[in-house]
Amino acid sequence: MTDRRSFLRMAIMGTAGLVVAGCDRISQSNWGTRVLGSAEGLNRRVQALLAPSSAMAKEYSEADISSVFHPNGTTMPGTPVYQALMANQFRDYKLQVNGMVDRPAMLSIDDLKRLDTRTQITRHDCVEGWSAIGKWQGTLLSAVLDHVGVDPQARFVVFHCFDEMDMGTPYYESVDLGEARHPQTLLAFGLNDKPLPVANGAPLRLRVGRQLGYKQAKYLSRIELVKSFNAIGDGKGGYWEDQGYEWYAGI
Amino acid sequence: MNTQSVAVADMDAPAPEPLAPSRQLVYRHTLPIRIMHWINVIALSLMFFSGLQIFNAHPNLYWGNRSDKGKELLSLAAHRDPAGNLVGTTRFGHHEFNTTGVLGVSKDGDGTPTVRGFPSWLTVPGPGWLAMGRRWHFFFAWVFVLNGLCYVGYSLARRHLQRDLWPTGADWRGIGRSIIDHVRFQHPHGTEALRYNILQRLAYLTVIFVFGVGIVLMGLAMSPRMDSVLSPLVEAVGGRQSARTIHFIIAWAFVAFVLIHVFEVLISGVFNQLRGMITGYYGIDPGSIDTDNIDTSEKDAGEIATAGIRPEKVDAGSIDGAAPDETAATEERPHD
Repeated sequence: MTDRRSFLRMAIMGTAGLVVAGCDRISQSNWGTRVLGSAEGLNRRVQALLAPSSAMAKEYSEADISSVFHPNGTTMPGTPVYQALMANQFRDYKLQVNGMVDRPAMLSIDDLKRLDTRTQITRHDCVEGWSAIGKWQGTLLSAVLDHVGVDPQARFVVFHCFDEMDMGTPYYESVDLGEARHPQTLLAFGLNDKPLPVANGAPLRLRVGRQLGYKQAKYLSRIELVKSFNAIGDGKGGYWEDQGYEWYAGI
Repeated sequence: MNTQSVAVADMDAPAPEPLAPSRQLVYRHTLPIRIMHWINVIALSLMFFSGLQIFNAHPNLYWGNRSDKGKELLSLAAHRDPAGNLVGTTRFGHHEFNTTGVLGVSKDGDGTPTVRGFPSWLTVPGPGWLAMGRRWHFFFAWVFVLNGLCYVGYSLARRHLQRDLWPTGADWRGIGRSIIDHVRFQHPHGTEALRYNILQRLAYLTVIFVFGVGIVLMGLAMSPRMDSVLSPLVEAVGGRQSARTIHFIIAWAFVAFVLIHVFEVLISGVFNQLRGMITGYYGIDPGSIDTDNIDTSEKDAGEIATAGIRPEKVDAGSIDGAAPDETAATEERPHD
């Protein structure tokens, strides 16, 4: 019995050690990352079935708004271009829209305000786990897309940002055209009835109602319509995607 | 007729060879159940460890929809003491504990004290790596969900749920007896050991339909895309952060279940139980069920760790409450 017990104990400890080491080796391997990452496609397809593309994110009341909307990631882009724009309260700011569009454009915040706008109180869910609620004022991305005219071959909207992450890598993000045309997808210039603060992405940021925080690109400089984002960054469709996070951030 | 116990036996199985004259092997767990059980072991373990990795990205819990600073229900944090050493703390409501070494601050692979909620030996992957933790978690979430659906479908079709897990009236009446037996670490022997007692039935049903269903729903309630259709559920439990807190609590409830489950396996004949869940064959002591007192003298003490003698008469009525399975007649049945 004692032999059996010590054998069992050693077997359990040995197995646990092997499992931990094995999991870390799988995490380091290309095939392991690929196999484990296969759930992303399943999540995207099944969630699209269960929560149709037209389904709306819940909108909250004024009473639900976070007293402090926690700014995450970059809170002060250090690039000279951005610093110069900020020094002038973003009066010279223009959003560039180009790529596979019929009429490339440079749009000021006032230009954007003349297109269809929307105010929504929605919840922001960070991939880290925390949530905050804010009241966003912005222009419907679909209105901007209609304004410039989208090439029928285009599949994704890529958002290029002023802020640089580690080693000067610029932040960028992308969504597909379905998500881009969702009525809660905004280019937001206002937070809680005030101009968007610098820490939260001034002068313009993306709001996607049904995806995680890292999709909500801040400090937008340019919007590009593309057929594929393979040639941008490391080709995964976003700064964090290039670091191993899922492009589909619906969960 | 003590047929309930035999109802779990699979008739397609070849007749087992008895181990010893006093023991008989009964085909107890069918192959699909055994496969699904071990898949579940793997999926649940990896989801737990990768879940703690994800939790470590923001090691605080809240109630409601927002993560307001100062409103944490549970917080694993770190600060430096005057000497400059890292101190890990666990704050539970207004109570703060020094948990350096385990929670808040623990050693990484190189032995350096590191700020992290749960220690590296409890997370997959070991180092802080949220993106990879999420991959593990969502991959095995699908394994867990599909395996669970297969289990419920199979168990309903084979009447395993209805027959072996759903408590009978007699089970309910015997609950006091069952609690006393469990508290005394006494386990039934003979064919009665094949039949799940009321506490087992309630435990398994709770784990499957409350913990299992609940943790998946609370996981989905954290998904911003799913919340576009699940928001009534999210609001019903208090909000997305409440769902995250409940998800965390159920994960630890699973751990509590597993600890009790493994403990019961260890004290009720670990090798016999493991053989049952690996090969399907579970050894019982024939001839014990109809005797007035269970005679332990023949038993292999190594197989029945408690070696407790049930002083009371075996109450045949308590295991006769449900309708017998007419198809279960077999030579595997020691008495009929």
